[in-house]
Amino acid sequence: MRYLPHTESTRQAMLDTIGVASIEDLFEQAGTPQEQPPTSLPPHKSEMEVEQHLSQLSGLNRAAGDGPFFVGCGAYRHHVPASVDHLIQRSEFLTSYTPYQPEISQGTLQYLFEFQTQVANLLGSEIANASLYDGSTGCGEAVLMAHRITRRKKALLSGNLHPHYASVVKTLSHMSSFQVDQSEVVAGQSATDDLIAKIDDETSCVVVQTPDVFGSLYDLKPIAEAAQAKGALLIAVVTEVVSLGAVQAPGDMGADIVIAEGQSIGNGLNFGGPYLGLFACRQKYVRQMPGRVCGETIDADGKRGFVLTLSTREQHIRREKATSNICTNSGLCCLAFSIHMTLLGERGMKKLAALNHSKAVQLSKALSNIDGVEIINQSFFNEFTVRLKQSAEQTVETLVKKNILAGVPASRLWPDRPDVENLLIIAATETVSDDHINELCAELKEALNA
Amino acid sequence: MLNNKGRVTRPQESTDDHIETQDSYSGHKGLLMNEPLLFEVGGLDKTGVDLPDCSETENMLGGLERAGEIGLPGLSEPEAVRHYVRLSQQNYAIDSGFYPLGSCTMKHNPRLNEKMARLPGFTDIHPLQPQSSVQGALQLMEQLSHWLLELTGMEAIALSPKAGAHGELCGMMAIKAALEAADSSRNIVLVPESAHGTNPATAAQLGFKVASIPADADGTVRAHAVQTAIEENGAETIAGIMLTNPNTCGLFEREIKAIADAVHEAGGYFYCDGANFNAIMGRVRPGDLGVDAMHFNLHKTFSTPHGGGGPGSGPVVLSQRLSAFAPVPFLQKSDDGLTLIEHEDGDDTEAEPFGRLTAFHGQMGMYVRALSYILSHGLDGLAQASGDAVLNANYVRAKLKHLLNQPFGDQACMHEVLFDESSLAGTGVTTLDIAKRLIDEGFHPMTIYFPLVCKGAMLIEPTESESQASIDLFVETLASLIEEAKAGETEEAFHQAPVHTPRRRLDETAAARKPILRFESSSN
Repeated sequence: MRYLPHTESTRQAMLDTIGVASIEDLFEQAGTPQEQPPTSLPPHKSEMEVEQHLSQLSGLNRAAGDGPFFVGCGAYRHHVPASVDHLIQRSEFLTSYTPYQPEISQGTLQYLFEFQTQVANLLGSEIANASLYDGSTGCGEAVLMAHRITRRKKALLSGNLHPHYASVVKTLSHMSSFQVDQSEVVAGQSATDDLIAKIDDETSCVVVQTPDVFGSLYDLKPIAEAAQAKGALLIAVVTEVVSLGAVQAPGDMGADIVIAEGQSIGNGLNFGGPYLGLFACRQKYVRQMPGRVCGETIDADGKRGFVLTLSTREQHIRREKATSNICTNSGLCCLAFSIHMTLLGERGMKKLAALNHSKAVQLSKALSNIDGVEIINQSFFNEFTVRLKQSAEQTVETLVKKNILAGVPASRLWPDRPDVENLLIIAATETVSDDHINELCAELKEALNA
Repeated sequence: MLNNKGRVTRPQESTDDHIETQDSYSGHKGLLMNEPLLFEVGGLDKTGVDLPDCSETENMLGGLERAGEIGLPGLSEPEAVRHYVRLSQQNYAIDSGFYPLGSCTMKHNPRLNEKMARLPGFTDIHPLQPQSSVQGALQLMEQLSHWLLELTGMEAIALSPKAGAHGELCGMMAIKAALEAADSSRNIVLVPESAHGTNPATAAQLGFKVASIPADADGTVRAHAVQTAIEENGAETIAGIMLTNPNTCGLFEREIKAIADAVHEAGGYFYCDGANFNAIMGRVRPGDLGVDAMHFNLHKTFSTPHGGGGPGSGPVVLSQRLSAFAPVPFLQKSDDGLTLIEHEDGDDTEAEPFGRLTAFHGQMGMYVRALSYILSHGLDGLAQASGDAVLNANYVRAKLKHLLNQPFGDQACMHEVLFDESSLAGTGVTTLDIAKRLIDEGFHPMTIYFPLVCKGAMLIEPTESESQASIDLFVETLASLIEEAKAGETEEAFHQAPVHTPRRRLDETAAARKPILRFESSSN
C-alpha cells in the first residue's frame, strides 16, 4: 500500500519491541471487540485505477466552463488567477494544522491577520474574525451572537434573504429555542416597509441580504436606524462579495454585524463547498464573536508576531459556556481569498466589480428585447430576476439540453410558492462572453415560442 | 488541541544572556526571510491581474455606488508569489516533518486527492444547476456514503456538516428532533470529563444540560459510573450520552456496549464523537457497539488536508432510530438516477428532516478527496492503516514508558498515547518547555495540556504515515530532553526555547488583554 511506510519486517521488529506477537494482539489487549465486521467492501486500487474511476464520474457532470453559464444565487463563477491555486498548495500551507504552536506557524497567522484586515475593510466593519464555514452558517452564528448581545430571543429575517440561509437560521433557532419572524417575499424590489414595521422591542436582530436573493440592492441606513432605535442589531448578509468593489459596504451603512460568503474571491464553485464565511462586526462586540481570531503581539525578543487570541470565548477553554462550538475554520479558503484579493488590490477589485456590473447590464438589455421576458429588478449588481411567460424550471430544463445553464428557477428555492414559478434568477460575471449572451438569448427565444 | 489552563502564556524574562538573538541588517537569516505585512509592502495603485476593459453601460446600482477608498493594497504577481512563499516558509507542516499532534490525526495528504478534487467536473459545478447535469457528483456522494455506512454499520448519513463540531451539532440535533417527535422533555446529556470541548459546547448550544461523568482509574468510562449518573439525574431526564471512542486518552472504551445498553434502557441516545475513528476503521463498526449517531472528521481519518485550520468536513452516520431525522439535503435513488432532496417536505417517504445545517450540499471538495483516499486503500488498506497507527502509538509507548508517566498506568493504547508531566516534578521544566524544546529539535510538538484529566498532558499521535526511523528519532530526542531536564542545570535553556524559529515565545497574555486584530497604519 503506497501510503504506508512499514514493511512486514519493520512491523515485526516494532511488535518485538512492544512485546506482542501481532497487531491483532494489540487490539485485543486494548479491549476492542474481536468479531470481524462483515463487509463486502473492495480491496485497494492503484493510483491509475482511482484516477480513472473518479475521472469517469467527473465526466458525467456538466462543468460551468463547458458552455454558457448564468447560475448564481449564493455561489458565483469567477476567474481565479493560476498563482492562487499554486500558492495554496504549498506544503507548508496545505499540510499544517490550526496554528496552536505560534513560533512555527507565523505563516498561517500572518496571512490570517492580513485576511482579517482585508475583510474588515471590504465589509466596512471595524474587525473581522479568521472565517467561519460559509456564509449561511455565519448567518446563523451572527443571529446567535445578536441574541447574546441584546439578551433577546427573536430574530427578524428579510423575506428576500436566501431561503437556504433562512432555513439554517430557523433550524438553529428552533433547536436553541429562539423565535424567528420573517417579512414578505417581494421579488425584484428592495422594499423594506414590511420589514421595518415588524421590528419590535423583542427583536434581537434584523437580517437583510444585499444584493438580495433576486439581485436587488439595498440602502441599509434606514433599516439600521429603525433596528437600532428599538435596541436591535442590523445583520447584513452579502452572498456576492465582488459587489463590494462597486457598492457601499454594509458596515459603512450602519450594519452592526456583516456576514458574507467569500467564495467568489479565490475559490471555485465546488458544488457548494468548501467555501468561507466572512464575519465582521463592531469592535465592542469582539468578545461575543464566534470562531477563531488572530491577533498581533510580540515575542520574547520584542519582535512583532501573531497568535490565535481571545480563546477564552472558545469551546476548548469554556466548554459548555463557550460562545459557539466552532473549532475548525476555513483556513485554506481564507488563504485563497486573501491571495486573490492581494493580486486584485484596490484597483483590480473595483475594475472586476465594474466589469461584472457591465456584463449584467449588457445581458439584461439583451434579454429585455425578448417577448415573454420581463426584467423585474429596479436595481442589481451582477444578478437579476426575470419573469418568463412560462415555468422557469421547465425553461431551464429545456435549455440545459442545449448545453446552456440559464440560471436558478425561483421554484428551486421555494418549491411551495406558485407565485414564483415563472421567475428565473440570472447571474452574469466577468466569465460570460458576448457569444454566451447571444446563445442564451437565441435559445431562450426559441424555448418561449415552443 | 491546546488548552491554556495550567501553562505559562507569556515568555519569561531571560536571566541568561548567552542566547544568541543578534539580528541581521536585512532582518533575514539565511533561508529564513522576514516578511513585512501586505499592508506595508502593497500599494493601492498596484495590481497582479489584468482584466479586460469593460464597455460603458447604464448604471443599475440604485444610487448605492461606493465612494472613496476600500483599503485593499495590491501586489504584482511576482511580488505576491514571493510574499506568500516567504510566509509559507515560516510554517511547520506534515510534509516537512513529524507532526504527532494528538487527537488531530496528522497523516500524509496524498496528492492524487488534490488532483482529483480539481477535475473540472467536480470543482467547476454549481450547487444549484439542474440535478440532471450533475449526476456524476451525486454518484460520488452516494459512493462515499456507501463506504462510510459500511465501515460503521449504520443506517443513514448526513453528508452536509462542514466540520467535526458541525457534525456534532447535526447528530445532537437529530437526537433532539427524535425526542421532540416522541414529545419527550429529556434534557440531560452525559459527557465524560475527558471529552473534547466541542462536546459540552454543542450540547449546551442545543439547550441540553451537561452532566459530567468521571473517568475510572484506568482512564475509561465505566458502565457503573454511567448507571450512577442516570440514577442520580433520573432515567426519565436522560437525553443521551456523548462519548468519544477511542477516547481522548487514547484508550478504547472497553465497556462501550454496556454503556450503550444503560443509556438505551434509560430511553436516551448514544452520540459517539468519531474524531478518533482512525484507530478502528476497517476493524470495529460503531453500529455494532450501540452507537446512534457519529461524526467523522474527513480531515483527520480520511486525509483531506488540514490547511492551517480548515476547511474540514464532518459527515454524520445515524442508526435506524435516528435515520428519519437526517437534515436536508439528502440523496434519494430512483429509476431516473439520483436526486438530492433539498426541502423538508420535498419527498414522499417517511423522512422527517430536522432542518438544514448549511446552504447547499456540504464540502464536495472534501468528499472527492476522501473517496480518493478510501478507494486507494480499499478495505484491506484501511484496516492496515488503522493497524499501523495503533502499532506506532504502542511503539512510542514502549520506547518512552520508562521515562514518562502514563496517568492511567501502562496499558495497550489505540492510535495515540498519553503521558503526564509528573516525571518532571522538581526539575522546574514543564510540558510546555518540553514542547518548545522539541520545536528547536525540528519536530512539531504533541498535543499538550489536553485532555484535562491529567496534569501537563502530552498526547502523542504518530499516525500510520510515519516510518520506524522517523518515530525512532522523535522518541530518542524526546527521551534525551527528559533526561536533560531530570539532570538539572539547563532549566533556563528549556524556558527560553525555542530559539531556532522565526519567532520566539509569543506574549499571548498581551494579545488577549488589548486585542490588535487588524492592521492600522501608524499615521492613523
